[in-house]
Amino acid sequence: MRKLALNDEILLNIEKPARYIGGEVNSVMKAKEEVDIRFAMCFPDVYEIGMSHLGIQILYDMFNRREDVWCERVYSPWLDLDKIMREEEIPLFALESQDPIKDFDFLGITIQYEMCYTNILQVLDLSQIPLKASERTEEHPIVIGGGPCTYNPEPLAEFFDLFYIGEGETVYDQLLDAYKENKKNGGSRQDYLEKAAQIEGIYVPSFYEASYHEDGTLASFHPVKECAPKKIKKQMVLDVTDTCYPEAPVVPFIKVTQDRCVLEIMRGCIRGCRFCQAGMLYRPTRERDVERLKYYAYQMLKNTGHEEISLSSLSSSDYTQLKELVLFLIEEFQGKGINISLPSLRIDAFSLDVMEKVQDIRKSSLTFAPEAGSQRMRNVINKGLTEEDILSGAGQAFEGGWNKVKLYFMLGLPTETEEDMRAIPELADKVARRYYEIPKDQRNGKCQITTSTSFFIPKPFTPFQWAKMYTNEEYIARAATVKHAFNDQLNRKSLRYNWHDAEVTVLEGVFARGDRKVGKAIEKAYSMGCIYDAWSENFSYETWLKAFEETGLDIAFYNERERGQEELFPWDFIDIGVTKAFLRREWDRAMKAEVTPNCRQKCSGCGVGVFGGGVCIEGKN
Amino acid sequence: MKARIKFRKYGVMRFIGHLDVMRYFQKAMRRADIPIAFTSGYSPHMIMSFAQPLGVGVTSDGEYLDIELKESISSEKAVKQLNAVMVEGIDIVSFVQIPEDKKASGMTIVAAAEYKVSFLKSAKSAYETISVRDALSEKGDAERLVHNFLKLDQIMVLKKSKKQEREIDIKPLIYRMEVEGEQLHLFLAAGSEENLKPDLVMEAFFKFLGTTKEETPVHYHRLEVYAKNPNDGKDTDMTQFVSLESLGNLIPEFN
Repeated sequence: MRKLALNDEILLNIEKPARYIGGEVNSVMKAKEEVDIRFAMCFPDVYEIGMSHLGIQILYDMFNRREDVWCERVYSPWLDLDKIMREEEIPLFALESQDPIKDFDFLGITIQYEMCYTNILQVLDLSQIPLKASERTEEHPIVIGGGPCTYNPEPLAEFFDLFYIGEGETVYDQLLDAYKENKKNGGSRQDYLEKAAQIEGIYVPSFYEASYHEDGTLASFHPVKECAPKKIKKQMVLDVTDTCYPEAPVVPFIKVTQDRCVLEIMRGCIRGCRFCQAGMLYRPTRERDVERLKYYAYQMLKNTGHEEISLSSLSSSDYTQLKELVLFLIEEFQGKGINISLPSLRIDAFSLDVMEKVQDIRKSSLTFAPEAGSQRMRNVINKGLTEEDILSGAGQAFEGGWNKVKLYFMLGLPTETEEDMRAIPELADKVARRYYEIPKDQRNGKCQITTSTSFFIPKPFTPFQWAKMYTNEEYIARAATVKHAFNDQLNRKSLRYNWHDAEVTVLEGVFARGDRKVGKAIEKAYSMGCIYDAWSENFSYETWLKAFEETGLDIAFYNERERGQEELFPWDFIDIGVTKAFLRREWDRAMKAEVTPNCRQKCSGCGVGVFGGGVCIEGKN
Repeated sequence: MKARIKFRKYGVMRFIGHLDVMRYFQKAMRRADIPIAFTSGYSPHMIMSFAQPLGVGVTSDGEYLDIELKESISSEKAVKQLNAVMVEGIDIVSFVQIPEDKKASGMTIVAAAEYKVSFLKSAKSAYETISVRDALSEKGDAERLVHNFLKLDQIMVLKKSKKQEREIDIKPLIYRMEVEGEQLHLFLAAGSEENLKPDLVMEAFFKFLGTTKEETPVHYHRLEVYAKNPNDGKDTDMTQFVSLESLGNLIPEFN
């Protein structure tokens, strides 16, 4: 029987002990004497969030297919256990073996959102691994970062030995083989990092140096070791069909956020919305073969026993085989008590038809993400959706019996005026009006239009990477403008409005486009008790402001200035295929509110064609 | 047709609560290809009910769930298929057919449950036990102490429910309490009408002895869940209670 790292007394006095005991269906056990490499894969948030992440499931499966590697999982202990582990000096452990992380060869941390940065430090700290890479010795695991936030790894540079930039399926084998080889030859940690730096896509931050201008902007960024390349090339799987996919993902005992099988139908997006980082990072769009997906659906449902399956991708309506796949899933599984959970689809006759088949119309709602209220603003962000699309889609749905609509918008976009803000409630009102055009005896009571706004955060590698952000007060004022305008609408009783927290937005902005100096503030904030910042009940803006103040960093420098065309960015050393020149062209077009066609309409020469795959070569072979 | 599944819960699975065990079995039914029936309607769910929830931390040799089958499956095959998809800490013991009658379902017929109480060196581990005699030696002879406890006219305890707290006399609900080997055995009323959890008995016992559960850590293990014997009174050889399992019949393989 497996021996647990935590004793009964602890487990019976904390929330949800199942977070820490492992042993779930499809979790992988191996004999530790029989493997060469022990890898701890971490999602730095609570179990229920971390277990819902597809990327980790893919890597867990991929690593464990290797006989010489045992990959285990670790998540952030929740606050109750965090306190006990600190008091009793219990080292953080992996779920499968329950062994301390500090004894592993690797600790891989996926970095999915900026507000988990202090949790990364928590994981290192509880593992009794020095926070700074420079203080680690031969006995410590190699700490690797991966995931979308590593496209600007600089705020975290000091805490990681290396970063893996891009999709995990490509060079991990090389990275692991090099480790084995180095170990066999009696090489040191430093020797290994030098080997790793030569693998495409691997960034070893300690081998690079940054210098700054007097105004604080980056003056230069370059390698200081010969083995380290000037540019780090993002990793990408060209053929997403013939690559590994977890057919038997781990099934948690407790209910997690994503308590279902997930079919990733494609990567990338053809749309080119100018605010969207994923849309640029994961270019070119690559589809997974529909027959393969059908096979995965069978296998995953059989191996997990889940009662629900969902599809995952950006802009799922653009998947060319969507109709075939969705109809197959409905036909094949719905009669067996399996729920088909649809991604948000463009509203048209097909999507309304399948939604009607898989959801209870009275309970479900339609989702539109116009992102901006006015057509001018939507042109600025290159969001193809028009008012006509929204009103006719909503109209069709209302006639089909729906009466709930969710609308998503962003505030604080570049060039936004008060008129653009007021256009948000006006659009919501037009949707409600469209509903009340239906004769009273044919409609289903009142309609409910829920509008949510978040504040726009400029991200690296987007056409808006030069844009300025605003202060906390300004964001609140903008939300108030929208709120007031809602009160002026004819159908205000059918309209609801929620807005996203402004304080978190400000910090996310700093981390997203921060440089190496920002790491100091993160470490400071952590030492002052910041942790689980993504959880609003645990987020302390005041502490963060103090941490910035004490480390002499100015939030305004990172957020409140429009960056110059010539400015060198901390992330410019990463090559995602999409060129800076293209992004700048898109910025200029945005300023003129000019729309750029999507990848299937017309190639705009973003640069990612160099990979020679996906949508870039569609119809060319 | 209806079937009753008996299973054991042990090891790390003792940390999985009742609701999660239900979820676990729903998924296990699919993995094991058990021909379970669903309710009709917009969101069909499996027809499945558990006899008696088990508290977190408690292990058991006698847990039950009843399910509705849409077609027959032999007991042997069902047990084999289910065990092939279990995790460490849950074993399927048996799979038997039970009468169609609604009044025969597990939840309604539960009348008693039997527990083994082990005394622990510390609350840190349920595996390091000491004998009940040693654990209570400071207070006196274990058998004597139990005897005296049961001689009380009333055993009043504070019973907490979600809505209220009230004092009740649990003595009539303790059917049997005795030292057996190294442990203490409890045979208690259970079910929807009068339910007595073992920790409530032990709390009262410790109070009687002038000690606490913190000072005297114990581990609970459920041995069996019982129904009233349907033949009780008609046949003098029969005992008052029978296990839920014994009310079903093995399903043979047809073909």
